[in-house]
Amino acid sequence: MSDKPKFVYVIYIASTPDKVFKALTDPKQSARYWFGYEVTSDWKVGAEFALVKDGRRWDTGTVLEYDPPHRLSYSFHPEHDGLENEKPSRVAFDLEEINSQVKLTMTHDDFEAGSQVFPKVQAGWPSILSSLKSLLETGKELPPFWRGDYDKK
Amino acid sequence: MPEFKPRTVYVTYIAATPETVWQALTSSEFTRKYFWDRDIELEPKLGGAFALKLPDGRVNVRGKVIAWDPPRKLSVTWQVEWPEEFRKLPECVVTYEIAQAGDAVRLIMTESHSWNIPEAILSGGRMGWPAILSSLKSLLETGKPLAIQMEPPREMIEAIKKL
Repeated sequence: MSDKPKFVYVIYIASTPDKVFKALTDPKQSARYWFGYEVTSDWKVGAEFALVKDGRRWDTGTVLEYDPPHRLSYSFHPEHDGLENEKPSRVAFDLEEINSQVKLTMTHDDFEAGSQVFPKVQAGWPSILSSLKSLLETGKELPPFWRGDYDKK
Repeated sequence: MPEFKPRTVYVTYIAATPETVWQALTSSEFTRKYFWDRDIELEPKLGGAFALKLPDGRVNVRGKVIAWDPPRKLSVTWQVEWPEEFRKLPECVVTYEIAQAGDAVRLIMTESHSWNIPEAILSGGRMGWPAILSSLKSLLETGKPLAIQMEPPREMIEAIKKL
């Protein structure tokens, strides 16, 4: 086992790969399921990526892979809470259609050993992706609670 | 009891009440829909008997209640009886923890083991739990479970043969 942290989260969604991929790249939808954060990018390989809330860029990165509706990845670099000095990590989404549902696999890796960012994203992803699933299946995201959890970690 | 260490953790957030999530985890009316047709038998007390049964009555998993705190925490020991070749797996512990998270509920499933279990065997739970708990979430939020077919991973079956 490598001691470099890696977080893999799998969630199944009653939706189509196109809709899930769209939700991952659409700032209007992400503002709903990602508790106010807009995923902002031109979505071309090499383009900038940012999570924007209240006009501030909280996390930034670069689009690494853009292959709708199968795979999306970007580098991820927090610009807040004293985490700016860590090197960027990597987020990847893999979408697979299974029996008219979508298996979404989120892999967040490429962290420094002893990363401070890792425990925060490990706590955050299940709530974000649970909320994404709720939004796509019911039309309603989860009620906001995540920011509080995030601060406690 | 030997020491059991958490090896697989899955967290999901559900728009429901803790009581509803507890009911979904502990009653057959729900498990049948999201847990691949399994019925649950659970004596509602510490030390009570626990079993998951297939529709034909065969026992899939048998165990005992080792933590009972509705609607917050349930732990059961977990001895696989079917498929037969899985019987030689040492028992593990499965724990559900339910907590209010704003107006939603956070459910944490933890699978703990007392031995140096190979990653290949852990792959079974790591594949299964996201499907089971995604389906539970869908069932509680939309009234409809997911339809996900799965077989135990080949690497798991091979690793169990070698035990």
